Amino acid sequence: MSTQPIQASITRRPLRVSATNRMLRTGINRFVTGLAVLATLLVLAPLFAILLYLIYKGASSLNLAFFTHNPAPVGEPGGGMANSIVGSGIILALASFMGVPVGICAGLYLAEFGRGKLLGDAVRFTADVLNGVPSIVMGISVYSLIVMRERHFSAFAGGVALAIMMVPTITRTTEEMLLQVPMSVREAALGLGVSKWRTALSVSLRTASPGIITGCMLAFARVAGETAPLLFTAFGNQFWSFALTQPIAALPLQIFVYAISPYDEWHRLAWAGALVLIGLIMASVTLVRIFAGRGTVRGGRS
Amino acid sequence: MSSSRMIIPGESPSGSPTSPKSGTSSAAAAPAVALSMDTAPVSSERSSAPSVIRDFLRGRGSGNVADKSFAAIMLLCACSIFAIVLFILFILVARSKLTLAQFGLTFFSTSAWDPVSGNFGALPFIYGTLMTSLLALLMAVPLALGVAVFVTELCPRQLRAPISFLTELLAAIPSVVYGLWAVFVLVPIMRDQLGPALARYFGWTQLFGGANFGMGLLTASMILAIMILPIISSLTRDIMRAVPDSQREAVLALGATRWEMIRTGVLRNSRIGIVGAVMLGLGRALGETMAVTMVIGNHPSISRSLFAPANTLASVIAGEFSEATDDTYLSALIEIGLALFLVTIVVNAVARLMVWAVTRGAPARSI
Amino acid sequence: MGVGILVEHLNAWYGTTHTLQDINLHIPANHATALIGPSGCGKSTFVRCLNRMHETNPIARAEGTVKMGDVDIYKDASPVEIRRRVGMVFQRPNPFPTMSIYDNVISGLKLNGFRNRRVLDETVERSLKSAALWDEVKDDLKKKSGASLSGGQQQRMCIARAIAVDPEVLLMDEPASALDPVSTSKIEDLIFQLKSQYTIVIVTHNMQQAARVAENTGFFLNGKMVEFDSTHKIFTNPSDKRTEDYITGRFG
Repeated sequence: MSTQPIQASITRRPLRVSATNRMLRTGINRFVTGLAVLATLLVLAPLFAILLYLIYKGASSLNLAFFTHNPAPVGEPGGGMANSIVGSGIILALASFMGVPVGICAGLYLAEFGRGKLLGDAVRFTADVLNGVPSIVMGISVYSLIVMRERHFSAFAGGVALAIMMVPTITRTTEEMLLQVPMSVREAALGLGVSKWRTALSVSLRTASPGIITGCMLAFARVAGETAPLLFTAFGNQFWSFALTQPIAALPLQIFVYAISPYDEWHRLAWAGALVLIGLIMASVTLVRIFAGRGTVRGGRS
Repeated sequence: MSSSRMIIPGESPSGSPTSPKSGTSSAAAAPAVALSMDTAPVSSERSSAPSVIRDFLRGRGSGNVADKSFAAIMLLCACSIFAIVLFILFILVARSKLTLAQFGLTFFSTSAWDPVSGNFGALPFIYGTLMTSLLALLMAVPLALGVAVFVTELCPRQLRAPISFLTELLAAIPSVVYGLWAVFVLVPIMRDQLGPALARYFGWTQLFGGANFGMGLLTASMILAIMILPIISSLTRDIMRAVPDSQREAVLALGATRWEMIRTGVLRNSRIGIVGAVMLGLGRALGETMAVTMVIGNHPSISRSLFAPANTLASVIAGEFSEATDDTYLSALIEIGLALFLVTIVVNAVARLMVWAVTRGAPARSI
Repeated sequence: MGVGILVEHLNAWYGTTHTLQDINLHIPANHATALIGPSGCGKSTFVRCLNRMHETNPIARAEGTVKMGDVDIYKDASPVEIRRRVGMVFQRPNPFPTMSIYDNVISGLKLNGFRNRRVLDETVERSLKSAALWDEVKDDLKKKSGASLSGGQQQRMCIARAIAVDPEVLLMDEPASALDPVSTSKIEDLIFQLKSQYTIVIVTHNMQQAARVAENTGFFLNGKMVEFDSTHKIFTNPSDKRTEDYITGRFG
């Protein structure tokens, strides 16, 4: 299919090129180029609209109390999201603790053991498909498994839901980064009589570690903003909570609750929360970009 | 290993068939060995360390057990991905048994959604999901293609990285922030400016009739379009890059304009992959929850007007799950989740296969 | 000191391709043995069979007897144990990119769990001196990454890494093919010096190189060993017509 359509369409074109024909063709060319430029501008417009509006609304509502106070009851001014920020941290730490090792190990399997095997291809494909499953489905699955059984919402359930979302992303980036480690480096280790597991961990994984850390950070940033899987698992909490078995507040959840509320004061806090959330995510993504740019894998080139 | 050094000699006693003349060879080599002994700077420096090292390394086991257990653990983690999919499927089926048994397939073909009388039909949500997703694709696909074409084929090299970076930033914004922005910016625009304008000029299509509160199908579709744009455009970009430059040059050399080159040389060769990318975008749109919930109006109705409030499979779960106190209601919502899971699995699987067909095949072909 | 290697009826396959056909050979201890032949003749596969690296490729297979000293490497030991006794230098320098020069040299010890500081320090110095690299790198052993050296230095570091584990046999798979002439001659000098202590098997498609460093030479063609004899004999008076054709440049 690669070459035939080209030839067909070229030979169909008349060989005698009239002036009007040429003008038409260059005209279309200009027109389409213009459209592509316009499309790019149209796409970038919402990005700037969202970011600028967010900064404008968020920065004016952000103050120290936001980081030090818990939500105030309805009608009272002030209050903050201290418990939500801490809660998000707890849930994310829990999710990373469970999701990162499993994801990295699965990626190690794909790159070091499962190459060319049917099982490897199946795992890779399933990971890609799982990546596209909506987060709300993860939410109700974990609800059905943990919350329904325990009969109460919990930070632990929220962590599990986010961990499930992290696994396929981390698996695939780990695999891709490991595949960039040249075979010759592995051979160097194997040739020294280093066992396969030690080679996989101390050589392949270590060489690919900048890329893998990047992948983990991106997965982390992605789930950090997730709300849907937390709705029925972590549930949210107006007060401090550090127990893993209790409902816990989370930044995205709190933003959602405040955004759909009818109170101006809460809207203001929602904007501030969104700015903080985006700031954290952007900071990690940008850091990762700088980090990844520097730490590219260098192989045994001569 | 001391005994092993006893069969060092140059003359082999066992005499392998192909080296009958090894006696002559060692004779020829003798001067060379002597010479190297003289010049080797290290021969005198051999301390006790080597034997320590040899003894240590000989003493290490084969490591077979460690290797096998390591491989097993990695395999286990890899298989956990299957386990996750199966667990989701199993738990969703188990928890939606009630409605599966009570309504069967009519669950997806009736439009009654009445928790009070315990009557459940998911048709309005299917309608809402399909409408918002298709409208979003309609808006996003041409734009995404435009961006991909611009970035890969037209734009100056220095602009490439920043534009890619900015579109990726768009993908990093959390759903709930899109929702927040939509509620306070998009909804008022739709209510006060865009909505009335559409009603005035396109009212005859009857797509823009009825009351316009700003929240509804169209607003949800617009925010969805913005959200799926980066995915489609970055995938399309990868796919277009997989088209070898020789294809482009071949078409340009025949006197084609740049656009003709893009059309015949690039787009035509990557169309399967582009369809795959669009389907991946569709998969994301089908399951997008938070932003949609915040602006769609959350009402289970099927209406011709795009201004009308509606509900999607994902947003009804998010909106009503915490109210679902009786078992049938809960079961109905979980069944909706099951349907969403199955549909997105199928859409994603097909899309992945299409994208793989292009991006994996391309390098192989160019070699 | 090194040990001799006795190879009997060695066969190897890549998938369904029979890359080595019934190889029989005796490699004497503490000498350098060169293997020559055109590309794809099986000489690289042969050396990779000597430390069981061949089987790291999932589709590869080998059968036969290879006795290193009195150890039959395909029967009496695991691949890992064999590779600890046999050093290998590859076609392209392959330093561990994340490790310093110091760590690269003793990686074979550290990765296998050897911890004695004093011995490690000694080993690094001894190996780098043996590899004629000590004077060039001794000041930034731990500061510089192994990948920051030049190609020739990297390859000498890889040789140092191979001899740091004090192997009995040193396998070299075209160790100079990716290097410039100056680095190549340094590597050849090195082989010349090392062969008093190790049994060296060197694959090369450079016949002058074989003539310069090796006492014995084997000629491989299409997966078979055509002739094995003293280097002098092979290059001056080969007994097989095909060997003569190859060394006189009539083909290959």
